[in-house]
Amino acid sequence: MKALRILSRSIRDSFKSVGRNFSLSIAAITCSTITLILVAIAIILTYNVQEITLSLERELTVVAYVKKDSEDANIRTIKKELDQIPEIDKYVFKSKEEWKAEMKNESETLNTTLDYLEENPLLDSFIITVKDVNDLKGVTEKVRSYDFISSAEYGEGMVENLVGAFDIVSKGTIVIVIALILVTAFLISNTIKLTIFSRKNEIEIMRLVGTSNTAIRLPFIFEGFILGVLGSIIPILVTIYGYIILYDKLGGHIISNIITLVQPFNFIFFVALILLGVGCIVGMFGSYRAVRKYLKI
Amino acid sequence: MKLIQVSNCYKVYKNGTTALADLNVTIDKGEFVFVIGSTGSGKSTFIKTLYREEKPTKGSVIVGGINVAKLRNSKVYKLRRKIGVVFQDFKLLPKLTVYENIAFALESLGMESKSIRPKVLKAIEKVGLKEKARNFPTQLSGGEQQRVAIARAIVNNPKLLICDEPTGNLDPETSKEIMKILENINQELGTTIIMATHDKDIVNRMKKRVLVIENGVLAGDYLKGSYKAHESIKNS
Repeated sequence: MKALRILSRSIRDSFKSVGRNFSLSIAAITCSTITLILVAIAIILTYNVQEITLSLERELTVVAYVKKDSEDANIRTIKKELDQIPEIDKYVFKSKEEWKAEMKNESETLNTTLDYLEENPLLDSFIITVKDVNDLKGVTEKVRSYDFISSAEYGEGMVENLVGAFDIVSKGTIVIVIALILVTAFLISNTIKLTIFSRKNEIEIMRLVGTSNTAIRLPFIFEGFILGVLGSIIPILVTIYGYIILYDKLGGHIISNIITLVQPFNFIFFVALILLGVGCIVGMFGSYRAVRKYLKI
Repeated sequence: MKLIQVSNCYKVYKNGTTALADLNVTIDKGEFVFVIGSTGSGKSTFIKTLYREEKPTKGSVIVGGINVAKLRNSKVYKLRRKIGVVFQDFKLLPKLTVYENIAFALESLGMESKSIRPKVLKAIEKVGLKEKARNFPTQLSGGEQQRVAIARAIVNNPKLLICDEPTGNLDPETSKEIMKILENINQELGTTIIMATHDKDIVNRMKKRVLVIENGVLAGDYLKGSYKAHESIKNS
């Protein structure tokens, strides 16, 4: 009961203090709001990039074309050789007839052109999926060197560039966010420092009458916590509504259907929770720093 | 029964100044003791070691069974709950009323509001400020403010009341009133009172035990002593 009374008193005092140092509290809350909005952007960006990268990687395959007029025995040899490459997850043989049928389906022009030709100009091929996307290049080169293979290709260049660009953006955002988190912690710490100074007499009396150190420190820690929580309200709302609106407007995709956004539910609540957590931790860390440095008991 | 036992106590400050050197004093429960000495004699340091504002460098200072010299910072509050302290500058919170100033001490200890009220009212009555309970410190005279500070110091029924020059800012008449209140607390509640002072009149008039500290050592200890006795020693 006594601990509860001390706790409720600490919370009451910390709210009072936020109001008392209003302008400074507003500065700390604003800074925390901006930081947390950026944190939200960073999380959404990083998570989406990760998802996009993964889905792109899942779709990455090596297409190896078999030399023209290869016999069945040659194809069997290739299959045996492919079986021996441990990096390969699976492969599918796709005959030139299958390619032809697929292409004919794709457009009317191709359909007539292919019908016009007496001989099927296409090649038999193997569609190979690798276990790890990093082995893509090695596997392609290995397959390319086989006797009965005329060529082997994967989405060289394009994919790497896209993933690389996403990576730079998300890493850059993370750096900015870390810097901003430090600035926010510093600002909150500064606010608490001023609170400590403005309550110097109270603290002195509390010490004299035998208030425990925890009971003296608690209101200040709570104050940082409150500043952090208040600073996370706007970012949480912006994130939830912003992302839902964005997702609806874009129909869940960016640039054609290749890049799909992460579904808003439950992802967005997960982000909101992280924002609240970051807000609380930054606030408490800021006040803890000030209490340790300026509140000598 | 002993309440305070100071044995071979030394206090050397970081700058090398020796404030207390081999100090030995014993004070019994219920005593009223004056501590006198010239400025820089170590009198204030002695008072401060009693409520652990200063930590002795060597020796032991036992207050109410707690060895102050070995007390960790995190445990100091346990000692302070047994002690009331009154200062020359009152240390009241200007934004709180008389009642709130006194209740503040108990609230910060986490005491239940139901039990706070009777305690505070009793303390206010003890110092004769019943009519001014709702006034703010700025609406009170110096003497009244000091009475509020005394009420705050005794509200939790401490065994020991330490007064660091409580009449230093007050005129002789008001000082007398304050001393009357302190004597009353000592006699009626049995609270041990240790008071550091420069006020010769008070010491001479009250005829209580007087500890004289000079150069960090106990230069004199007189039962029913006075400043006169101290000055005669100094001059001899």
